[in-house]
Amino acid sequence: MTPQKIIIATGILAILATSCKPVKEYQKSKLNDSEMSLSNRKVEKTELSFQAYREGASGANAGKSGGGCGCN
Amino acid sequence: MKRFFLTAFGIACLLKSFSQQPSDSTGFGSRKLKIDEINLVSSYYGQNGNNAAVTGGIGTQKLTDIANVFDIKLVKYDRKLRKHVFDLEVGIDHYTSASSDRVDLKANTSASYADTRIYPALTWSMENEQKGRTISAGVSSSTEFDYQSLGANIGFAKKTKDRNGEFSARLQAYFDQVRLIAPEELRNTGLAKDNGTDNRTTIAASLSWSQVINKNLQLSFLADLVQQQGFLSLPFYRVYFTDGSVHQEKLPDSRFKIPLGFRANYFLGDHFIIRTYYRFYKDDWGISSHTVNLEVPVKITSFFSISPFYRFYSQSAVNYFAPYAQHTGTSGYYTSNYDLSKFNSNFLGAGIRLTPPKGVLGVQRFNMIELRYGHYTKNIAMNANIISMNIRLK
Repeated sequence: MTPQKIIIATGILAILATSCKPVKEYQKSKLNDSEMSLSNRKVEKTELSFQAYREGASGANAGKSGGGCGCN
Repeated sequence: MKRFFLTAFGIACLLKSFSQQPSDSTGFGSRKLKIDEINLVSSYYGQNGNNAAVTGGIGTQKLTDIANVFDIKLVKYDRKLRKHVFDLEVGIDHYTSASSDRVDLKANTSASYADTRIYPALTWSMENEQKGRTISAGVSSSTEFDYQSLGANIGFAKKTKDRNGEFSARLQAYFDQVRLIAPEELRNTGLAKDNGTDNRTTIAASLSWSQVINKNLQLSFLADLVQQQGFLSLPFYRVYFTDGSVHQEKLPDSRFKIPLGFRANYFLGDHFIIRTYYRFYKDDWGISSHTVNLEVPVKITSFFSISPFYRFYSQSAVNYFAPYAQHTGTSGYYTSNYDLSKFNSNFLGAGIRLTPPKGVLGVQRFNMIELRYGHYTKNIAMNANIISMNIRLK
């Protein structure tokens, strides 16, 4: 990672960190919408499988990180 | 078929044992185990291409896969009001592969043309809602004709005091066994591993931090450290050298991967959600890759949404890749598997989601239906289509 990229990433994180506002449970109606979930949706499950088979990279998506074959 | 019935019998026994949990008669507030939701995900996947690894990087990659995943989630509160969730998932895939058919070059619709994979998984988690703390554990398996995988995982998650942030850690282990089926012409020649089985072990540590930024925005950071050890090639992948000789794919017996991910989801106005995902990946075989995903669910009404999505992926090649008949074998490792070559891919599609308050088709328990279609293309002349459906009962 180049120094420029590190500076940009640090800057973005700093902006996000300072823009955090405490949100009460009763204010989370939009955040609790099922399509706002920070995980993959069930319907994406088989898509993630074929991508893991057809591509060299996998992981960092809160899913399975190994096992199975992927030999086709 | 035998495996299918054994799996079905196992599920039936498990569900029966859950339903026979003794009811609480003490009045301390524990609640009986009950079904929270049932999901069925079905999909059809079809692909075409002309760089099959079985035939050394040339030849048809035509493949179809029909997948069905059944998932039941059961919830129970114990006397200390801790929430226990049991998630039982059983998946069954049936695929046909024109390239696998060519393990025996003379064959036409041989035994390796089609196979069925069965993959059950059971996960338990216990959440202390007052303390914002969750622990979990799970086991899984995956079985097909030439491959057996057993997995186990444990996890821990802790929310911040204001419930706006959460840290989680998970450790996964997979113990796989590969049946050594060599290309037909290499069997009994002493040039290939073609007898018995070999092992592959994967250990993965996953860390994540999720944070609510404001009423409309939340994000998460994900990092995995993955170490694989053992037989990481596939025994029936051919590699042709410049001198015309044929060999079995040979890859190092160790691989270390670091994927780093970032998600940010933003609710824009009352009708748009912007879901974004970025992943950087690097491993010690020489692949580095970038993945960018954007999905914008549009809420036409509170109960109906349309979600167009686009995903871009790029990767560099592993150090051991060369196309058909271009390997010299001097490096000691070699593959002509184009999934490990340098390429870009695009994945574009849309989904629709229906969650009517009175249930789909007026059936109250039929809580949700989601349909999704995607078209996938690589810039190395390979393409695929996938259509998926998720039905949820509550």
